[in-house]
Amino acid sequence: MTSDNGIEVDGLVREFKGGVRAVDGIHFRVEPGEIYGFLGPNGAGKSTTVLMLTTLLPPTAGTARVAGHDIVREGAQVREAIGAALQEAALDPLLTGREHLRLQTTLHGLPKPERLRRGTELLERVGLADAADRKVGGYSGGMKRRLDLALALVHSPRILFLDEPTTGLDPQSRSDLWEEVGRLAREDGVTVMLTTQYLEEADALAGRVGIIDQGRIVAEGTPDALKAEVGRPSLEVIPADKSGCDRLATVLARFGPPVEAPDGAVAVRLERGADGLADVVRALDAESVGIEHFQLHSPSLDDVFLAKTGHKLEVEEGAGPDTAEREAIPA
Amino acid sequence: MNRFMAVARGVAWRQIHNFTHNPAFLLPSIIFPLFFFTAFAGGLSSVSNAPGFDFPTGYTAFQFVFVLLQSAAFGGVFTGFSVAADFERGFARRLMLAAPNRLGILAGYLLAGVVRALIVGVLLFAVALVVGMQVDGGAVDLFGLIALALIVNLIAALFAFGVAFRLRTIQAGPAMQMPVFLILFFAPVYVPLALLSGWVESLAKINPFTALVEGGRDLISGQSFDVVFAYGLAFALAAVFTVWCVRGLRKAEAAG
Amino acid sequence: MTTLLGQVGEMARRSITQTLRQPALIVPPILFPLCLLAVNVGGLDAATKLPGFPTDSYLDFAIAIPFMQGALFAAINAGSSLARDVETGFLKRLALTPMQRAALLLGNLGGVMTVAALSSLIYLGVGFAAGLEVAAGVGGVLVLVVLAFLVALGFAAVGAFVGLRAGSAEAVQGLFPVFFVFLFLSSQALPRPLIEQEWFRTIATWNPVSYMLEGIRSVVITGWDDVALQRGFAVSIVLCVLGIAGASRALRTRLVRT
Repeated sequence: MTSDNGIEVDGLVREFKGGVRAVDGIHFRVEPGEIYGFLGPNGAGKSTTVLMLTTLLPPTAGTARVAGHDIVREGAQVREAIGAALQEAALDPLLTGREHLRLQTTLHGLPKPERLRRGTELLERVGLADAADRKVGGYSGGMKRRLDLALALVHSPRILFLDEPTTGLDPQSRSDLWEEVGRLAREDGVTVMLTTQYLEEADALAGRVGIIDQGRIVAEGTPDALKAEVGRPSLEVIPADKSGCDRLATVLARFGPPVEAPDGAVAVRLERGADGLADVVRALDAESVGIEHFQLHSPSLDDVFLAKTGHKLEVEEGAGPDTAEREAIPA
Repeated sequence: MNRFMAVARGVAWRQIHNFTHNPAFLLPSIIFPLFFFTAFAGGLSSVSNAPGFDFPTGYTAFQFVFVLLQSAAFGGVFTGFSVAADFERGFARRLMLAAPNRLGILAGYLLAGVVRALIVGVLLFAVALVVGMQVDGGAVDLFGLIALALIVNLIAALFAFGVAFRLRTIQAGPAMQMPVFLILFFAPVYVPLALLSGWVESLAKINPFTALVEGGRDLISGQSFDVVFAYGLAFALAAVFTVWCVRGLRKAEAAG
Repeated sequence: MTTLLGQVGEMARRSITQTLRQPALIVPPILFPLCLLAVNVGGLDAATKLPGFPTDSYLDFAIAIPFMQGALFAAINAGSSLARDVETGFLKRLALTPMQRAALLLGNLGGVMTVAALSSLIYLGVGFAAGLEVAAGVGGVLVLVVLAFLVALGFAAVGAFVGLRAGSAEAVQGLFPVFFVFLFLSSQALPRPLIEQEWFRTIATWNPVSYMLEGIRSVVITGWDDVALQRGFAVSIVLCVLGIAGASRALRTRLVRT
């Protein structure tokens, strides 16, 4: 790997007092220009990993190189190459957006004429030009996150760390942020490492996903490849005539093995995947089996997580998208 | 009436429970008055040797009365903090939904404040006796002093509640504390009224708290005490702040 | 790379901006001590009649007290500001920049010390308006201002240490009663020889705050009292050194960077 804007992690460990291993020997690579999603529930070790890679927490063991520099021995060089928007928005409520950018550009050593220009440019880019002179204490959650991103980009970093950047945001703000992150990677070639507990976010943004649970990476790959590992989609059908379940089961058995289904329904895993759906419909029609409800269930990253860890990814109620993709097809 | 008492008891129980089981609330309420007593009575005792300082019972008793009334007043203010916090956290709304007569809620908070003032007062009194405070007043005088302290507690609490009901935020703390602090300290704190000078003397003369603290000192020293004036003033202040408080409660109800 | 001076300047600018935008940080440190001064001068003027009282003006005696109270506010404000930076994660943001630790500390103290300096001038102004007479003259006033500044800096540094160590604004607020106790158990209200209770006099003698008060007081009442001034400056400088050292160490722990 050309390491100018890549991340290489080898056996990284972080142990806290009492022997708690928040990160327990992880290995992964993030290729230059890639968006890598780090997916896991609360307490999995995502933020601890980010803190180590951004040099804010020394590892207990293992090594990592960010932008070609060792995170322990070359911390200053790492910080020069990276930008980070951490879990807290970390803003001063008494300063305005513009003042934040002034502070950040000064601390990063931008020449004086460059500071104002860069600050204005970034404020426009994240859509905060109108609110630039308002105190951050009056910003909405979405505005704070956008400012956070702008501050992380002040010194044009090659690698960007985003730690749960859309937690608590409304759908529109989330979508805007995704767009900006996608653009950074596509057009500016910035490498992005993004941690999230939202499956939809990992699906939508990440080229590759690393799933972490209890400090260990349990799966890694593209979202599609990971889902395919779990299996093909399943089909769940409820007959119009409640007594017709057996007949329904006989028809569906031609298309795949049975899987668990709620009472009054029959479900099979489709051997041909979603491609076999039309054949199923034709078969049911041919056998005159009346249908009340017909639902295709594609594996989600949550299913991947369940398969790898034995438990579901827990997401705060109402805070994020659904955990599974469902395409409800009307009968 | 039964519901009123039930609500008052319930609210009071919660406040007293929080106060007695939470060191962060309990300790400052006890430590600060003890500290002030120590600092004033211990550090300034030679002031009683100043010409014209005429208080026969000794400087410890002189300061004890001020600190007792001060702790009673601040006890009322601290209960006001709790009311403001309850509003900010939404708990007050829960109480208002549950109570048919919101005056029961008010009564509960006041009752809790009185219990707190009694606990602190008794402790303070015990410490004062241990360090050798002289008491020249009789049992009736002491009872009168306790009653005075409790009325001061009610006055301060009613004032603080009125502020809390209107502002409904913990940020109202200084608005409750500062006026009470100023009223207390623009009174004869260190020396009798006769030895004050300048504009502090002028302020102290019109400050209603002066009459209460001087009355309390008369009681502890067994000197002649104008019962009608002191208690009349205390009750009048309590009445004024009751109106202030109840009006504030109605505003809080209207705000939802 | 920005120089240390540039970074200090930027952090100081932030600190002063924060302070100016919070009236609660400016008004109480000025008003509260002046109120208490008025109360004490009016209430304890009779004490000047005690045999051995060093002056017949309680104002001259008590003017030192507002400087100490102002220093107390400086401690709380400095500590709270840094604690908030820890709590909000702003410190982590700063850690990711090339900012040097010293810049954060010195810059943060900048805003607090600006208020302290302004307060000192106001206390003196009000004092003069009320009839204060400084025995050591103009030179004494300058020495007083310098000593008061050192006192405030020392307290502010201690506040910064607590703010960084505890990382909680609530913990810093808890300092207020502690410092208050130190202030009261000193020679703030009466000269040490006139404190009747021996235990109180002993505590006041051991209490470093007494020497800060006496140092400031000496230029007002006595003129040039070398011993009092030396003690006052020595105690203040030691407090500054300990406070800044403690705060630096706490910052090193908080601002972890490889």
